[in-house]
Amino acid sequence: MAINLKLNGETHTVEAEPGTPLLWVIRDELKLTGTKFGCGVASCGACTVHLNGEPVRSCQTYIEDVEDAEITTIEAIGADKIGSAVQQAWVELDVVQCGYCQSGQVMSAVGLLSEKPKPSAEEIDEYMYGNACRCATYQRIRAGIQRASEILEA
Amino acid sequence: MTINTSRRGFLKGAAAAGAVLLVGARPDGAIAAASSENVQLNPFVRIDADGTVTAIVKHFEMGQGPATGLPTIIAEEIGLRMDQIEYDFAPSNPQVYANLAFGQAQGTGGSTAIANSWQQYRQAGAAAREMLITAAAQAWGVDASGVTIDEGVVKAGSNEAPIAEFVAAASQLEAPAEPRLKDPSEFRLIGNPDVRRKDSAIKGNGQAIYGMDLHLPNQMIAMIKRPEARGATVTGFDDSVAKEIKGFINAATLPNNAGVAVYAENTWAAIQARDALEVEWDISAAETRNSDEIEAEIRAALDAEPQHNVNKADMAAVAKAVDGADTVIEETFFFPLLAHAPMEPMNCTIEQTEDGGILLHDAAQIPTITHFAFAEIFRLPPEKIQIKTLLAGGSFGRRATPDADYQVEAALAFVLTDRTRPLKLVWTREDDIRGGYYRPAFGHKVRVGLDGQGNVVGWQHKVAGQSIMKGTPFESVLVHDGVDHSSVEGIADSPYAIPGMSLGLTDTAKATSLLWWRSVGHTHTAYVMETMMDKAAEAAGRDPVEFRLAHLNDATNADQARKAGVLKLAIEQAGWGNAPAGHAQGIAVHKSFGSYVAEVVEVSGDVDSGIRIEKVTCAVDCGIAVNPDVIKAQIEGGVGYGIGHVMRDQITLTSGAVDQTNFPDYEPLRISDIQAIDVHIVPSAEAPTGVGEPGTPPSAPALANAIRALTGVKVTTLPMAENGVTFA
Repeated sequence: MAINLKLNGETHTVEAEPGTPLLWVIRDELKLTGTKFGCGVASCGACTVHLNGEPVRSCQTYIEDVEDAEITTIEAIGADKIGSAVQQAWVELDVVQCGYCQSGQVMSAVGLLSEKPKPSAEEIDEYMYGNACRCATYQRIRAGIQRASEILEA
Repeated sequence: MTINTSRRGFLKGAAAAGAVLLVGARPDGAIAAASSENVQLNPFVRIDADGTVTAIVKHFEMGQGPATGLPTIIAEEIGLRMDQIEYDFAPSNPQVYANLAFGQAQGTGGSTAIANSWQQYRQAGAAAREMLITAAAQAWGVDASGVTIDEGVVKAGSNEAPIAEFVAAASQLEAPAEPRLKDPSEFRLIGNPDVRRKDSAIKGNGQAIYGMDLHLPNQMIAMIKRPEARGATVTGFDDSVAKEIKGFINAATLPNNAGVAVYAENTWAAIQARDALEVEWDISAAETRNSDEIEAEIRAALDAEPQHNVNKADMAAVAKAVDGADTVIEETFFFPLLAHAPMEPMNCTIEQTEDGGILLHDAAQIPTITHFAFAEIFRLPPEKIQIKTLLAGGSFGRRATPDADYQVEAALAFVLTDRTRPLKLVWTREDDIRGGYYRPAFGHKVRVGLDGQGNVVGWQHKVAGQSIMKGTPFESVLVHDGVDHSSVEGIADSPYAIPGMSLGLTDTAKATSLLWWRSVGHTHTAYVMETMMDKAAEAAGRDPVEFRLAHLNDATNADQARKAGVLKLAIEQAGWGNAPAGHAQGIAVHKSFGSYVAEVVEVSGDVDSGIRIEKVTCAVDCGIAVNPDVIKAQIEGGVGYGIGHVMRDQITLTSGAVDQTNFPDYEPLRISDIQAIDVHIVPSAEAPTGVGEPGTPPSAPALANAIRALTGVKVTTLPMAENGVTFA
């Protein structure tokens, strides 16, 4: 079936069967590879994108359910004020190691800061729990979110 | 034009326009330089005519930092800022890009990237600097001794020009045989904590391209249906349901019958089609045991005479000394199989080149093994095989297999096609958890005897488990007198002076595919050594730090002094002995991969409501710290990797099939599991040693010691969550 996707401010018409995860349409059809495949069962958060401004796991979001929604991926989140602050903080603190989970970490961090501009360490841990990082960059992720909060406040 | 061909036959003149200065090593190790027309040299540094400097990185980047570290070394020696140097990954070529710690193989592992590259890359950078300076001195008619390069600008008195001005002339010079390396007092980048990673921005904005992200025109996706039990072979399959899936192309049994390849137009079609495939298996040669049988075999081996007397001690005398001691402590330990589970599941992409060669795109950890495996599979001379290295989404050892497992799988799937379409092999997380290569299961049994003054009079240590190296191409190098050193490293070579130690080893049958896993044998040996040191100290009525230092007190022994040094720094930084009420601390110190790391773990909570890990304080001595912030990050990550697995992870088998499937039942460390990690680096003038692995070994025993100090609960069978300890 043909589906119109509103992604990163543009409308794309894609051909996909119902039941196809949004993840694979983004990666294989639209060739936007910043959104990562990590587990396929919404257990690692590497595939996190924003749906109408809310972080969702694109591996468990089906294509027929997202027509008319505004989808934002890591490739466009830097245009957002919060996204830009998070990315700046990530570079300042060298949060990344292998980096494969970090698109998802950034997308979730933006979701958190949109809800809570000044999250506590506990609030960060609770919100970011579902974003796994096998390199264990977690304390820099925590510090990065706090730094982004500072940047936004300034 | 100056061309000096007296020393090497291969230097040729380059056209002045577009000249490139390449500096590196020849196959015999000598420093060499060439211009762009020379193809017989593979460089460590390339300087384009416009002055763009590129470090050619011979190690792959899995997050551990060589794509920052090797450019740092080159930039330091030439005299550049970090934003004036780029990086490229080296092509597969073991003659030039060998890991000097591996012999004639190009590859990354054993925490060797900086250690083995240090001299090579300094020399290449220094030679490039001297050649640029010589060219400038000639152009300006000044003495070379008065010419400097600072932040990419060449200066001599009132003369000043960017390095680009001298690239063409420098490329015509012969490389100095022994360029002057900068004195550490001149370092501005090496040791500078403000130097940032080169790959941060692209990894935070989605632009970084990993193997999984490659999209070649007209490529197809392949997935492999593998057996439940390792070693089973295909006898037939039914793809009638798979044929209904839109995007399914074909299915075919791999030439080695190890699985069925499913070919599809895209990844989702491949996943669905593979799920729909029915395969019949012959399990006669497969592993069919349960993991409790493997554990029972290991435990039985610990109660029998060991196969190998590792340290050639008089075992009977040691046993007698322990038997006759005033106090004897005895513990038996068991460590389960563990998966690596890097964030990026395995994948690689193969295409045929126009000249009939093969080009592999891979996050290549040991390209040399893959290179020769491909030459054999495709029946091509090695020079017709190319490997292009992409960023790796983690590895922890998984991407380096002695049989190039997933690359060979991709090659076998590719040879079944007409080779007109590039083929990308993709693993899912389930493939990774269930069909992977595992840290072998190991058991230890230790008896320590103490005299009335609390001194060790005998340490009887037995290890049993599955050898990683035996049966692989590494056996001839890493197994001596029947002993796989990786089974006993961290005990056999411990800096501790332990009187009356015997060390026995028994190899048990291989259960499934085994592999080194971040810090290899140290994953279990450090846990045993450091929890036993604590128990021995307690039995002796001595402080655990003082007790350890008493076994590291030979001031003439640098190994002991450095280990004692990190121990002292860690307890000082952790406020050892001053934990808040309701908290307790545990210490561990261990040497691995040439580096010394001590860690103090502070915990709170209790057994019923759960343990909370409040803080981990680390001290590391890794020689000269090239990139201090990368080192801190590696130790932070190594701590998380070690602690995450001992908390709650294991791989178990039922009839040879892996029980776990994905992250929900092989639960990664999560952000809330460790509240803080604090890393301190010991200043050092020694040559750099590894940091990718050494943070891992002490983390688990320091946690175990802290939990025992807090609750009295000791955990000798892992993971902790299934053996008496829960976490908040």
